[in-house]
Amino acid sequence: MSEKIQSALKAFGEKGSVEIDGAVKGAAAYSVQADLFAHAGRVLKEEGFRLAAEWASDETPFGRGFAVHAVYASAGDYLIIKTEVPRDEPSFQSLTKYFPAASRFERQINSLMGIVPEGHPDLRPWIKHEDWPVDAWPLRKSFDGNEPMPRMSGDYQWVMAEGEGVFEVAVGPVHAGIIEPGHFRFQAVGENIINLETRFGYVHKGIEKRFEALSWNEAVKLAGRVSGDSTVAHTEAFCVAAEEASACTPPERARYIRAIMMERERIANHLGDIGAICNDTAFAFLHYQFSILREKVLRTNKAIFGHRLMMDSVCLGGVTKDISIAGIDLMLEEARSVLEEFERLIKIYENNPSQEDRLYNTGVLTPEMAKLIGAVGFVARSSGQNMDVRRDRQYAPYDTHALVVPVLSSGDVHARAWVRVEEVRESYRLIKEFIGSLPAGPIAAGWNPPLPGASGFSAVEGWRGEVIYWVSCGPGGNINRCMVRDASSVNWLSIEQAIHGNIVPDFPLCNKSFNQSYSGHDL
Amino acid sequence: MLRILHQIFRTGIVTEPLNAEVDAKVTVVGKALEKEVLERFKRSLTIRFVDSGSCNGCELELVAINNPVYDCERFGIHFTASPRFADMLLVTGPVSRNMEIALKRTYNAMPAPKMVVALGDCAFNGGIFGESYASLGSVGNIVPVDAYIHGCPPSPEEILKGILKAVIR
Repeated sequence: MSEKIQSALKAFGEKGSVEIDGAVKGAAAYSVQADLFAHAGRVLKEEGFRLAAEWASDETPFGRGFAVHAVYASAGDYLIIKTEVPRDEPSFQSLTKYFPAASRFERQINSLMGIVPEGHPDLRPWIKHEDWPVDAWPLRKSFDGNEPMPRMSGDYQWVMAEGEGVFEVAVGPVHAGIIEPGHFRFQAVGENIINLETRFGYVHKGIEKRFEALSWNEAVKLAGRVSGDSTVAHTEAFCVAAEEASACTPPERARYIRAIMMERERIANHLGDIGAICNDTAFAFLHYQFSILREKVLRTNKAIFGHRLMMDSVCLGGVTKDISIAGIDLMLEEARSVLEEFERLIKIYENNPSQEDRLYNTGVLTPEMAKLIGAVGFVARSSGQNMDVRRDRQYAPYDTHALVVPVLSSGDVHARAWVRVEEVRESYRLIKEFIGSLPAGPIAAGWNPPLPGASGFSAVEGWRGEVIYWVSCGPGGNINRCMVRDASSVNWLSIEQAIHGNIVPDFPLCNKSFNQSYSGHDL
Repeated sequence: MLRILHQIFRTGIVTEPLNAEVDAKVTVVGKALEKEVLERFKRSLTIRFVDSGSCNGCELELVAINNPVYDCERFGIHFTASPRFADMLLVTGPVSRNMEIALKRTYNAMPAPKMVVALGDCAFNGGIFGESYASLGSVGNIVPVDAYIHGCPPSPEEILKGILKAVIR
C-alpha cells in the first residue's frame, strides 16, 4: 500500500472504525461506518484524491442489505471506501459537497438502486426517464430485469433561464448526423450560450443488470459492446477485474498483445476524431484524408485480428488471437506508411489560419474546472491534468516501457485535438517497441470463476481515458454485480462547463472535440 | 494551399469497386418495391439514420461508408438530417425503451413510400442485450422492417451491399 493511502487512512481512521475489506482484489479497500462515509470523502479530497466512481450493490444473496462504494484515485493509487446500507429506507451521505462528479453517480444510484443520497442538491432522476414507474429500481435483486416496464406519465424539471431575449434551443435525442442519441438544451441570447443542460439515458440498455444474467464468458462479449469504439478497452478492463478477483495471471505475451490492441484502438479513434474535428470546421479535405488513414488501420486489424474493431479479441486469462510474423510485418508497414501521411496532413492542419481561428480559444475547459470535475483521459490532459493510467498504474507491459504523456494547458478544442496528434505518434512508437520485445509463449492462461463473495477492481487507460470495472462474484459463482465506469461518465460533465461563453454554432465542434460515448454513459 | 493541392494530387482516387467476394447477409422481410417506386429511387436514395440503442460500433462503420474508399454517394446514397426528405430509415441497435418514442416519431415523420432497414445483429434480435426492462429487442418489434443487414458490426462493404440489396432485390 502506498504512503499516500496510509496517511489518508490515518487521518480519517482516528474518528471511528475503518476495516480492511479483504474480499476486494485489485485496489486497497476499506469498509467504514455509515456516518464516516462522507467524512472519508472530505479527508481524501484534502489529501488530493479525486472521486473516480461511486456505485451501489445489492448484497441480498449474501444475506446483507445494500452497500455503497466510492473509489478515490490519486496518481496510480485507487482506494475503495464501502459502507453498508440497511434495507429499510436506504440512504447514505452524499459526496456532492466535495466532488461534483458525485452528483451524477448519486443520481444514478438513487434512480437505479433506490438508495437516497442525503444532502444531494438535485435528486431528479438520471437515466431513468420520466415515464418509468417511480419504484422501478432495476439494479435491486428483487427487480425482474426480463419484464418490460409499463409507461407512466411524468415530467422532467429542466433548468430554466428567463429574461429579455433569452430563448431555448432543444437538440436531440435524434441528431442530424450519424451519431448517438442524447438531448442538449441551450439557453441562449442571440448566439451566445448562457447555459447548456444535457440529458441522457436514451441508449440505456440495462447493461449492468444484464451482466448479472450472463455467464462470465458471455459477459466478456457484453463488455465489448458497452461502447463499440472502446471495445478493446472495455473487454480488457472487465477481464482484468475478473482476473484480479480469481487471482489469474495472464501470460506475458497476452499482456503485450492486449497493449498492442489498445494502442491500435487509440490510433484508429484519434485519426477518425482529428478528421471529424476538421469536418466541423468545414475543412472537408482533411476529414477525408484522415478517414483514409483510419480505414488503413482498420484493415490491418481485420487482417491480424479478424475484426476491424478487434471485438472479442480479449478473453478471460489472455487474448483469443495471436500475432504471426506476417502480422508483425503488416503492422510495421502500416506504421511506416500511415505515419508518413499523417505528418504531411498535420503540416496542413497546422498551417491553416482559418482552421486556427476556429480551434483556438473555443470550448475552453480550464485546468481548475477539469480538476474539480475529476475529468480523465485526453480531455484532462488537454486541460493541464498530468494523468494517464498506463503510466501511473504501471500495469504490464507499461511497467517496462516508459511512455511520454502529452499535457497541454489551454483546454480548448485545439488542445484536445493536439494531445491526440501527439498520442498517435506515441502509440505508434509504443507499438514498435512492444513488437520488438514481444515475449514468446502462450496467449492465454486458464481462468476459474472467483470464490463466492470475492470482487475484483480494474482501471485501464482506454483511448478516451480511464475505464473502471468492479465485478463481484455471487454465492453460486455467478456475477453478482458488475459496475462499469466509462471515461464518459465523468467527462460528459466537462462539456456543460466548457461551452459557457461560446456560440451555439460552435457546439458541434466542441462536442466533437470531447467525443464522449453516449452508450458508455447510459449503459 | 499548395500543400493541399499536392496532397490531393498524391492521393488520387482511392475509391474501390465493391468487392465481388463480399456478400452481405441480408434478411428481406418486406414486400418488393413497386417498379414505379424503384424507378423513383434509382440513383437517389436518401437515408435518415437513427441510433435506437446501439453500442456505436455500427455507427463507426456507417460513417465509414461515407469515406472516399467506399464513397456511398456514387450509388446515389446520401444521409439527410430531416426525416421529411428521407426514403429510407436506417436503424441501429436494439430499440432501447428510452428511444422507442423517438424512433416511432421519426418513422411517422417520413413521407410514404418509405423503407426501413435495420442494421446489425442487435437490430435483428436484440443481440447480446436481448429483451429486458430497458431493451425492447429487434427493431421489427417497433416499426415495420423491410430488410435486416447482419453483422456485429457489418463491414462498410456489407452495409453498402445490404442497402443496395434491400432496395433492388
